[in-house]
Amino acid sequence: MANEENTKVEHMKLDDTQRVKVLSPSALVLKRFFRNRLAIIGMVIIIFMFLFSFVGGMVNPYGQSQVFYTTEEMKKDYAGATYINDYMIYQEEGAEVPSDLYSKSILAVTKNQKVVETRGGGSLALRPLAGDSYLVYGAEETKNPRAMKSAEHKDAVAAGENYFEYDGTAYIVDDATGKELLYKVNELAVICKLSFTPYTADTELSYQFSKNALLAMSGNGGEFEADGSSYTLEIEGEEAAMVFAADGSDYAYISNMNINSVVGGVFLAPDFKEAVALAIQDGTASFTYTDASGVEDTYLLSEKSGQYLISRNQETRVIDTYSLPSGEHWLGTDANGMDLLARLMYGGRISLLIGFVVVIIEVLIGVIVGGVAGYFGGWVDNTLMRLVDVIYCIPSMPLYLILGSIMDHYRASPTVRIYMLCVIMSAIGWVGIARIVRGQILSLREQEFMVAAEALGISVGRRIFKHLVPNVVPQLIVFATMGLGDVILAEATLSFLGLGIKYPAASWGSIINAVNDSYVMTNYLFVWVPAGFLILLTVLAFNFIGDGLRDAFDPKMKR
Amino acid sequence: MKKFIVKRVLISIVLLFFVSMIIYGIMRCMPASFVETKAMELSQKPGAKSYEEWLEQLNASYGLNDGIIQGYFTWASKAVRGQFGDSWNYNQPVLQKFSSVIWYSFALSLASFLLQIIIAIPAGVAAARKQYSLTDYSITVIALIGISLPSFFFATILKWVFAIKLNWLDLYGIVGRMHQQLSPMGQILDMAKHMIMPVITLTIVSIGSLMRYTRTNMLEVLNSDYIRTARAKGLPERKVINHHAFRNILIPIITLLGGTLPALFGGALITETLYQIPGIGYTSYQCIVLGDIPFVMFYMLFSAVLILAGNLIADILYAVVDPRVRVN
Repeated sequence: MANEENTKVEHMKLDDTQRVKVLSPSALVLKRFFRNRLAIIGMVIIIFMFLFSFVGGMVNPYGQSQVFYTTEEMKKDYAGATYINDYMIYQEEGAEVPSDLYSKSILAVTKNQKVVETRGGGSLALRPLAGDSYLVYGAEETKNPRAMKSAEHKDAVAAGENYFEYDGTAYIVDDATGKELLYKVNELAVICKLSFTPYTADTELSYQFSKNALLAMSGNGGEFEADGSSYTLEIEGEEAAMVFAADGSDYAYISNMNINSVVGGVFLAPDFKEAVALAIQDGTASFTYTDASGVEDTYLLSEKSGQYLISRNQETRVIDTYSLPSGEHWLGTDANGMDLLARLMYGGRISLLIGFVVVIIEVLIGVIVGGVAGYFGGWVDNTLMRLVDVIYCIPSMPLYLILGSIMDHYRASPTVRIYMLCVIMSAIGWVGIARIVRGQILSLREQEFMVAAEALGISVGRRIFKHLVPNVVPQLIVFATMGLGDVILAEATLSFLGLGIKYPAASWGSIINAVNDSYVMTNYLFVWVPAGFLILLTVLAFNFIGDGLRDAFDPKMKR
Repeated sequence: MKKFIVKRVLISIVLLFFVSMIIYGIMRCMPASFVETKAMELSQKPGAKSYEEWLEQLNASYGLNDGIIQGYFTWASKAVRGQFGDSWNYNQPVLQKFSSVIWYSFALSLASFLLQIIIAIPAGVAAARKQYSLTDYSITVIALIGISLPSFFFATILKWVFAIKLNWLDLYGIVGRMHQQLSPMGQILDMAKHMIMPVITLTIVSIGSLMRYTRTNMLEVLNSDYIRTARAKGLPERKVINHHAFRNILIPIITLLGGTLPALFGGALITETLYQIPGIGYTSYQCIVLGDIPFVMFYMLFSAVLILAGNLIADILYAVVDPRVRVN
């Protein structure tokens, strides 16, 4: 190959034009451009940004407003337990009771009276059982010397009881007044500081069961009968007891604690209550319990002024906010649990698109206005340039902010905001281009080629846009490239201040907005640093390219 | 010269008329949210009038019942006499609020302006002297990074480093927590300390253009014939640069700097907002967000005046500094 070329060159004449490689002006510009290292770096960055935002957005499996969830171990309150401090009353089914039964009985208990009068005129008699339990009877004073002298009475007195049965009638003896008074009684209710929990959720414990169980408790356990079946009671701990059915299966649990689920409608098994009571008695902070389905769980116990709280760690589904970068989310997630990488990609699309759309509109308006003003001159030029001056005078950033907050007031949708932002920024930005174009055209139109164009009878429009404007293209390209960077920067600043692109649409500026929360700024660098560098790199790249183009177009600057 | 200035000032007044009209029109597009919020607030006080009554009264007192055009002329006729009304947000005359905040902005801008001059001009000259050298490349790259750096990102980095990690400076504000207890000198130092990060931010993001401007002009001067002559005479390079070249780049630089002088009063809207420096920029930002029409109108008009004044000063300086222009 090399030899062939050499022989070819030798065959040429010395002044053969082919000996010198002639480059067209645009090829020269390109050559100079590609010799500029910074410009090449800029090109590479911009190509990367385009791939990142447009191709990356397609490749990335996540959407820009897809919310991610995670499961988290959360301590949740499960049940509460308190010692029963107030008397509970269990009434006999079907018994006619005085309306103030409860209050009068409590009064009697606290005053340590055995017999009280009710408001209805009757009397109530109390029979103490073990602990804080009492049987409440409706009482009627009688005189029955035979009963008083009976062996049953003597046995009761010997046992320290005030209740005895004689001849099929129940009596209570009250000696509060110093004299022994005899009352004929009929059973009404039991009051106690105990709670009864059946083993299965659908078992109802009858009054008779409660009463007999209490009796058995005061008798230190043993067998008792209720509702036609027999049960065995076993005392456990201080104030608790287990009741077994005749076949030996667990039937009910009695304790002096009230244990309820935090959530309504949840049945707490007696086993569980037992475990809680034991844990409280032992003063341990946690205990394990295996529930009916065989799941073992660790429960935590905490006490606060007599109230015990039983909590356990539960898996809960929560929004995955500010999760650290991981294999699943390469750059982590943001405050809304959205994938940051995906948001950066979609934000890049919006930033780049806004940049290009705004600059294209700016160039269109700027070239038309500048071209017309420069070509016609006179009053046309004067009017158009005063318009340019007026717009040039308006401070742009405050204006963007005002318009942004107007859009806020009207609650513009994110899409509308993007369009409006493009329109507003180009409506302000075209004046610079108009000035450049006009200035160039003012001097160009006096040159000979324009006289030739006019002599050829070319129409005004063609003369402006085919013959004059192409001469301004170099400056236009440089200005537009640098303008791209400015537009992206302005959009990012607006979005950062919360007046540009809004959630759920993503934008690089609005991603950095998260630093307004200084906790995020301090602890979640991965949220705001990548977006900041993407803005910096993109704007820098456009400036590198613009700079390189300026040098390439301007022959004075060549080496 | 006098004629030229008078003509420019007259044109500026006409421009201001149109500019203020446009801004007033846009401001009135805000759906009077400030008034509505205020009326809601007032009507919820015990024993207050109803919301509708308050709204009507406030609209009347702020002149919002007039049409946009009529409202504009009412505003303009007062503005011409220097009456800009009371700020809705601050409940005090706009001019009073303005004069109480402007000096923070001025101090911030002036410090940054001086820093820019001190750093950018020598750097630009150095870059131009050795075109395409490593120095030139680094200065160009630094200048372009400064231009491209989003101020809010840079401010966040500064805050993270100096306020959070090193804990040397405060995140926000112009005064520290113990400001009232300090001696007068200590109070000034306290404020100066709070200005450090804003000044750095403002300097870095605006230093690039001056650097590049210096470089471009220096290159042009160094390519000119009189520099070649000076070198041909055998003058030492130091003298060529410092006396012959530097004096000539002063013409464009003074023109540019003179043009930016009025902007020192304009405040730095974004930087002040980022650091919550209570200057004219941050005050206006709050007023913009709240829809405080009197204050924003004043601020926008003031900024427009500063832009026009900057252009005028640049044109005048161009003639004053360059003897060649003056002769023509």
